Amino acid sequence: MRLRLSELAWRNLVHDKVRLLVTVTGVVFAVVLIVVQFGLFLGFATTTSSLVDRSRADLWITSANVPYIEVGVNFSERKLSTVLATPGVAHATKYIARFSQWQRRDGRQESVQIVGFDPDQTLGGPWNLVEGSVSDLKLDDNVFIDELYKAKLGVTRIGDVFEIRGRRARVAGFTRGIRSFTTSPYVFTSFKSAQTYVNLPEDQTVFILVKGDGSVGLDVLRHRLLSSLKGVDVLTTTEFSRMTTFYWMFTTGAGVAVLLAALLGLVVGVVVVAQTIYATTMDHLQEYGTLKAMGATNGYLYRVIIQQAVISAVIGYSLAMIASWFVVRGSAKGGAAILLPWPVAVGMFWLTLAMCTTAALVSINKVTRLDPAMVFKG
Amino acid sequence: MIDSAVQGVQLTKTYAQGDAAIRALDDVTLDLRVGELALLVGPSGSGKTTLLSILGCILRPTSGSLWVMGDDVTRLDERHLPAIRRDRIGFIFQAFNLFPTLTALQNVALALDLRGVTGRAARDRAALLLDQVGLSAKRDAYPADMSGGQKQRVAIARALTGDPPIILADEPTAALDSQSGRTVMDLLKRLARERGRAVGIVTHDNRMFGYADRLVKMEDGRVVSDERPTMPDERDLEGAVA
Repeated sequence: MRLRLSELAWRNLVHDKVRLLVTVTGVVFAVVLIVVQFGLFLGFATTTSSLVDRSRADLWITSANVPYIEVGVNFSERKLSTVLATPGVAHATKYIARFSQWQRRDGRQESVQIVGFDPDQTLGGPWNLVEGSVSDLKLDDNVFIDELYKAKLGVTRIGDVFEIRGRRARVAGFTRGIRSFTTSPYVFTSFKSAQTYVNLPEDQTVFILVKGDGSVGLDVLRHRLLSSLKGVDVLTTTEFSRMTTFYWMFTTGAGVAVLLAALLGLVVGVVVVAQTIYATTMDHLQEYGTLKAMGATNGYLYRVIIQQAVISAVIGYSLAMIASWFVVRGSAKGGAAILLPWPVAVGMFWLTLAMCTTAALVSINKVTRLDPAMVFKG
Repeated sequence: MIDSAVQGVQLTKTYAQGDAAIRALDDVTLDLRVGELALLVGPSGSGKTTLLSILGCILRPTSGSLWVMGDDVTRLDERHLPAIRRDRIGFIFQAFNLFPTLTALQNVALALDLRGVTGRAARDRAALLLDQVGLSAKRDAYPADMSGGQKQRVAIARALTGDPPIILADEPTAALDSQSGRTVMDLLKRLARERGRAVGIVTHDNRMFGYADRLVKMEDGRVVSDERPTMPDERDLEGAVA
């Protein structure tokens, strides 16, 4: 880039400070909207499948045709023996994920999602523990909830006692940052307690989590399990995670809605920037004509216009990232996480550049058709 | 011996206006010669600005041929014309056409930037050109803070950035008072005489006719007379160029 060109572009931009402010505001608005909506999408996608992703299991055994984790159908726990006897299985455990009702002390009912696992094993337990120990869940009726949902569930401290479907539940620990996409907080407890909280018959389970011993690949292990079990599906953790995410993000339309909002942000950004850059170009049309008459090529004029767009993009992106950082930080304590991983931040920079340079195309088209003879008065 | 810097042969320019065709230029043959200041005069609509635009390679003739420094530019593709204008022709406009957001120095340096001269080299060269038109003190002034005469001198400095053999000006004194007009014409005259530029000027200002080496009169798209008047009073040529 040549210095003089940048200076002309910069001075054309700052010449009308109000218009520059409008341009930059448009870019900031668009970028923040895109970041928030896309961050929500990432947050939702991460949240919907977090139980599956953080289960530490290699394979999930579900009743046939279960589309996502929240609608698991119970089956006989005797299948666990078959699973454990299958060569290639290191260990396996019963697992429950089901909705139930939490009764606060003030009598209000809250929907919760009971997560029952075997506290003696590593599979399916809670993560990000900030108070309590997994071994605390070996005691009947002990439960863990997340700090985010203390107020929602009426919990103040460890030792508080509540009822889940008429059964006693004592808060024994807290996790941090384990959100539920369904807004029903996760309640981690032992498998045995979970059976009572969701009214599951003693000889039933909802899932079986499997950890392979590494002696065979997961496909081979899955094939072995499927050949010895009837009426079930055997899914890798990745598959079940994707199925769960896909259901919530696309089948329900929730993800599509936030992606559409992000797209809307992009469109708004393009329109606002295009309008203001076009207006700036029109203001300086005589100057572009003069440059053409003086021998400037169309490419030279394009660079001036594109540099104006790029300058707008860089300023707007920088301010938008600062604003987005506050939004993301604020969301950490809210029910809906907005994620902004650095690859997305970098991607947003390029998207902002693309948005602004696309917006400049209208002006480029105008300048391309500009007749340099306009500079002479006849 | 005087050579032709620009030579138009049987130039015509026709514009469509509805179903009718307007002939703005009708079979004009004219050359601008090295070291010569030619004034193109005539009433409004006589075709002088159209002729200037064609001579400056800004407008293409409907027919005829145009030679610039020995090259037939009518045969050139459109994309080659900016380079011809940039390298061989300096333009001066009635309304100065300076960039209001740039200082005098930056306006001149911008024209150098078009030619690939940037940074300190551009600033030094721009400062030298402003010095040559007597505007060293105004190098950091914006056009809004300069008089009409000063703006036109900046425009002349800008036109000289590529050291072009041809200078074309459209009503360069129309927006100036008589003193400023004389200063500008003195500059242009010296460019022709002392630096061997071919200078073509469209003007309505009959006060400036005395500067002409040639007076080309146009009417209805045609050249009706092409005269070499008596040499002007030398007093008018003094003191403008440092």
